Amino acid sequence: MKNLLVSLALAAAATAPALAQQTIIVNNGRVVTNSDRGVIESGTVVIRDGDIISVGEPIEFESDEVTIIDAQGGWITPGLFHPMTELGLIEVGAEGSTRDDAADESGFTAALDVADGFNPSGTHIDETRTEGVTRFAVYPSTGSSIIAGRGALASSTGDFDSLFATRRFMVVDLSSSGAATAGGARTASWAFLRAAIEDARFYPGRFMAHHEGDAIDRYDAQAMVSAVRGEIPLVMMMDRASDIRRALSFAEQYPAMRLIIAGAAEAHLVADELAAADIPVIYDPMRNLPDSFDRLASTTEGASILHRAGVQVAYSTAGSDLYFNPRLLPQHAAIAVAHGADWADAFRSITLTPAEIYGVGDRYGALAPGYAGDVVVWNGDPLEVMSAPTTVIIDGEVQSMETRQTRLRDRYAEVVREGAQAYRH
Amino acid sequence: MSGRAASLACEISGERHLIRDFKRLSASLAVMSAIALAGCADTGGDADGGGETTASGDVEVIRYDANPFESTYQPFESGVTLIRGATVFDGVGGEMENTDILVRDGRIAGIGQGLEAPEGAEVIDAEGRYVTPGVIDIHSHLGVYPSPAVNAHSDGNEVTGPVTAEVWAEHGVWPQDPGFDTALAGGVTTLHVLPGSANLFGGRGVTLRNVPSRSVQGMKFPDAPYTLKMACGENPKRVYGSRGQAPGSRMGNVAGYREAWQRAVEYRRSWNDYWEAAEAGDEDASPPTRNLELDTLMGVLDGEILVQMHCYRADEMVQIMDMADEFGYQVTTFHHAVEAYKIPDLLAAHGTCAAVWADWGGFKMEAYDSIPENLALTHAGGACAMIHSDSDLGIQRLNQEVAKALSDGRRMGLDISDADAVAWFTSRPAEALGIGDETGSIEDGKRADLVIWSAHPFSSYALADNVYIDGALMFDRNDPDRRTIRDFMLGQPGEGDY
Repeated sequence: MKNLLVSLALAAAATAPALAQQTIIVNNGRVVTNSDRGVIESGTVVIRDGDIISVGEPIEFESDEVTIIDAQGGWITPGLFHPMTELGLIEVGAEGSTRDDAADESGFTAALDVADGFNPSGTHIDETRTEGVTRFAVYPSTGSSIIAGRGALASSTGDFDSLFATRRFMVVDLSSSGAATAGGARTASWAFLRAAIEDARFYPGRFMAHHEGDAIDRYDAQAMVSAVRGEIPLVMMMDRASDIRRALSFAEQYPAMRLIIAGAAEAHLVADELAAADIPVIYDPMRNLPDSFDRLASTTEGASILHRAGVQVAYSTAGSDLYFNPRLLPQHAAIAVAHGADWADAFRSITLTPAEIYGVGDRYGALAPGYAGDVVVWNGDPLEVMSAPTTVIIDGEVQSMETRQTRLRDRYAEVVREGAQAYRH
Repeated sequence: MSGRAASLACEISGERHLIRDFKRLSASLAVMSAIALAGCADTGGDADGGGETTASGDVEVIRYDANPFESTYQPFESGVTLIRGATVFDGVGGEMENTDILVRDGRIAGIGQGLEAPEGAEVIDAEGRYVTPGVIDIHSHLGVYPSPAVNAHSDGNEVTGPVTAEVWAEHGVWPQDPGFDTALAGGVTTLHVLPGSANLFGGRGVTLRNVPSRSVQGMKFPDAPYTLKMACGENPKRVYGSRGQAPGSRMGNVAGYREAWQRAVEYRRSWNDYWEAAEAGDEDASPPTRNLELDTLMGVLDGEILVQMHCYRADEMVQIMDMADEFGYQVTTFHHAVEAYKIPDLLAAHGTCAAVWADWGGFKMEAYDSIPENLALTHAGGACAMIHSDSDLGIQRLNQEVAKALSDGRRMGLDISDADAVAWFTSRPAEALGIGDETGSIEDGKRADLVIWSAHPFSSYALADNVYIDGALMFDRNDPDRRTIRDFMLGQPGEGDY
């Protein structure tokens, strides 16, 4: 293996175009692969032309033609994948002019597309990247309807091409807040959803003579079609166990559709049924309070119960927030571990499982040949709150670790005469 | 369908937006901090209508009872306990390996290696584990914004006027908040519950033992000073400005504070004049009309009530410290203080502390310059700094919040020991609440408020195994009978699950 890796790397160097360094070797770290290779206690990852080409034992390598990153005995992992954020949609929570998460006054529903509002220059994307999150889902919030619209998937490079999959999932609120939006009761939410699905099922025929459907209009019905056909998942926001059971019977009625349950605070009460129905959940291990009548059974033990039952679980940071602190994803995962989840399950829940839920598990979330070159080097166990990334690589490019916050930090690192701060930049 | 803004104010506790529902994943703002003041100074005793009459010569001298809702807290029963072989962080900068702690009569009775177990003592083997003082949270809304967060439970902001120094957080505390149970499991032994930040003067805060009780009086930390919650910046001006009332700007905020302080100065003078005359036997001396709002402000001017002020921006904190000098009081602690790292020298010069989050920010403009090094940088700059939660989730792991702040500080090159950082969730908040002589450290004679952690408290995987309050074992992770379950959770799904 050692020789093979050396020769692969040399070949990469030999054929690389003169300008770009297209081969990166990350060396000398504990490699968590999320593949059948498991954990390699001291290993190497080789990235070429943006993708991983090899994962294996340590190698000796010297060349000017490649970038070698010495993990110095730290950890080498896939980049984290946050399954549910508002990154790029909200810069300052209280300032409506900086928000594009919810189309409050719009008459549109399913047709809403977060890609239209996503701003890769949002400063919180940088802060998320430097904490090891390389990919994330971008979620719309509900506005005037329980159907919030369609979400997208992005990398955290902050580049203008960082959205790599759009119109990837449809979001609907079926919790108590959705009930309030739909007309005052859960009965209204479900009736609206079923009617919207029927509108989409009979699109375009139903709209030949007029553009109004039973629940949604022509343009929204067109957008809803892909969810109804199961081409993209329908994400149901809900916490209460009885709501999740309702979703399970819905799934039987509409077998072509693919569901994701997000929120899922009481999912552990329905764990076996969710596993049997193969419905994944997006769940925050931190939320353990009965802070709503939808979440009376919330517990930090929930994650481990879900894992044991075989439910596909991706962790979120809902208990912190979804636009400033998605970077706390490892801390949320660690709470699951402290309360009984296996480390490997928890780490998978913030890497490979989210990628799988969105249908990109063959490209992201693992370190194996053919995967995107999203690699993070940590100075210790990534789930330890005192650990931090030392290097973040996305699509084979070493990323900047500078953020607006590090600029502020450096400006105020020591006290200087009044006004001199403004010249420190 | 709107009405969202209205529901937000009710649904959200704490300064940041929590997800209380899915309608909007991130609520557009949570306002919440307010303050109330009340109370009075130079008083004692009790009497009809709260007044006490004493005779000075032939002249009656009227004073009002400063503490009509007195603490009825009684420590739970405890025996003699010897915790053996732990790594002990004493909360005041010490880290001692393989150390024993002897607890007797609810107090720390000995710290050292190889302590003899007195007869009848319960011996706890803590080898390989860690002990710290009980966690203290200087900024909590447990009880006033309890779980479940229904409208009926929203008792933390008296949003009917910008100056409500007359309201007291303790009158809004629901002792059955299940959040107290989970905070205890996180090692919290003492917490300071404040009104929210909607108002310039939000009201009085109250310091509680984290014990179950039928009444809030049964939780009140005996003899802890009252506090006054005040708020800077965006919240008051937004709440009232949006109604076309004052304050509608930061200018209006400062005018509002100063107007109230001036009234307090005059009120205090009139009481002092009255007491002086009455005690001198002046038969014509008549007491001023009692004003509950100004009683609290007078308590601050007398140095008996501690100001705990919500303030984010550096420039505003600097102005507030000037205003405190103008009226002759001290700001004990700026809370949130997201920009404290910009002014550690000025905070240190005024002797004012900063109680901060590890890494919250971004939810409004005044929180935009949040950096994760804030706590460490403020500390390293010579100011008194500490962690706080302002959250029913964050309060469950303040040790982790400190760990994050510490590691961020170290990565920028600051040299801060683990033991010094433990003070950020123990002795520092104790001092800033005026209870530092009683708790917040493991020292002879202090209240035996202790946490035995399963691992180093700065590890993500550390859990509080045992939590002691006044020497009594209040929580034992391995004993389902030694965990509290508030009334609300009885018969509910999830009863007893934390």
